[in-house]
Amino acid sequence: MTQETISTDVVIIGAGPCGLFAVFELGLLDMKCHLIDILDRSGGQCAELYPEKPIYDIPGLPVVSGQELTDRLMEQAAPFKPEFHYNEMVEELEKLPDGRWRVKTDGGLVFEAKVVVIAAGGGSFQPKKPPIPGIEAYEGKSVFYAVKRMETFRGKNILISGGGDSALDWTINLQPVAASMQLIHRRDGFRAAPDSVKKMHALVDEKKMQFHLGQITALHGDNGQLEGVTVKGNDGNDFQLECDTLLPFFGLTMKLGPIANWGLNLHENLIPVDTEKFQTNVPGIFAIGDINTYPGKLKLILSGFHEAALMAQAAFRHANPDAKLTFQYTTSSTSLQKKLGVA
Amino acid sequence: MRIVLVDQKGVEQALEAAEGWRVMEIIREHGFEVGGLCGGACACATCHVEVHAEWAGKLHPANDDEEAMLDEVPVLSPTSRLSCQIIYTEDLNGLAVKLVANG
Repeated sequence: MTQETISTDVVIIGAGPCGLFAVFELGLLDMKCHLIDILDRSGGQCAELYPEKPIYDIPGLPVVSGQELTDRLMEQAAPFKPEFHYNEMVEELEKLPDGRWRVKTDGGLVFEAKVVVIAAGGGSFQPKKPPIPGIEAYEGKSVFYAVKRMETFRGKNILISGGGDSALDWTINLQPVAASMQLIHRRDGFRAAPDSVKKMHALVDEKKMQFHLGQITALHGDNGQLEGVTVKGNDGNDFQLECDTLLPFFGLTMKLGPIANWGLNLHENLIPVDTEKFQTNVPGIFAIGDINTYPGKLKLILSGFHEAALMAQAAFRHANPDAKLTFQYTTSSTSLQKKLGVA
Repeated sequence: MRIVLVDQKGVEQALEAAEGWRVMEIIREHGFEVGGLCGGACACATCHVEVHAEWAGKLHPANDDEEAMLDEVPVLSPTSRLSCQIIYTEDLNGLAVKLVANG
């Protein structure tokens, strides 16, 4: 399927706090932004890792939760009508003959932008893979880290591993379509909605599924087709479980991912930038927030905000080399206030 | 005061430790890859370590939050802990922990 190419001033990779604030700073300079994020919502680590944990070091907000900060930044960016592309991972970055950048995602979206801003934090959030020997051979065939279509699992003998909401939700949702359902977790305690835990226990009581305590230590099967697993029980003894499908749900981790292939200088999985423009070694590609590094770098959200402001000035000059850029304050500039919709 | 760290390659070393620091921060300060993506908020499980059996019983037990995050470590040992949840004190001089690959 060929997609229409989206032409824009700026593509921002990552819709975390720094990416969102970059929309604001770039917007004041009339630069239109498209944001791409692998998660299904904005906020990055704030939304994924600690939506409810309080943050104490945002200037002017003595205490704010990760989710609330995300909501406020979304509101602040809204006047500039950023466009969000969720559940997409940027795979390719390629320079066009006219100096712009072509950005392609794993979902087939194509963008052409004057400037690319990498605000990807610790990288892409990806499912944690259990370090069980040989698991790679089963991945995509009988071991899955996500459920895209429930129908795929109809009639399967499913084993789900984990104790969070994903593990519990999919146990409950897939049980009716599965031939058999088993859940394995290291303890009889869950980090999941109490209602889901109750439902799971009810299914066990009704003999519609089984719940086991322990950890999977080995997989058995042939040609990528799983036939069973060895489990180390909490008493230290091994036992076997039969299954043809395994769904491990151990949350998400961050991986640098395809960024490593874009020809950018990297230092220990971080992107070195200068502290005037926050530009990478490649002109027109900027990096802000946790993903960049420079002498004295602190991985603080507030540092990312500062980086976004300076980056925006440099990005404007890169995109409009002949234009005059006059620095203005939102407190006094009618033209900026019009952009914000307050004048 | 020190902690004894066995790194991912199995090499053992003594690290200078300071009272009141999180063990995760001590390990990171010495330049070892310990994760700690969430910054010590008990929200990511990337600072997972295995505590030496001799020391495991001398630590305060994991609280509910830590247990919940340990659920995200696919392979746990009986002495697995999140190093951000161990605050270093004088009593822990010599604490031995092993770094493990974390997802």
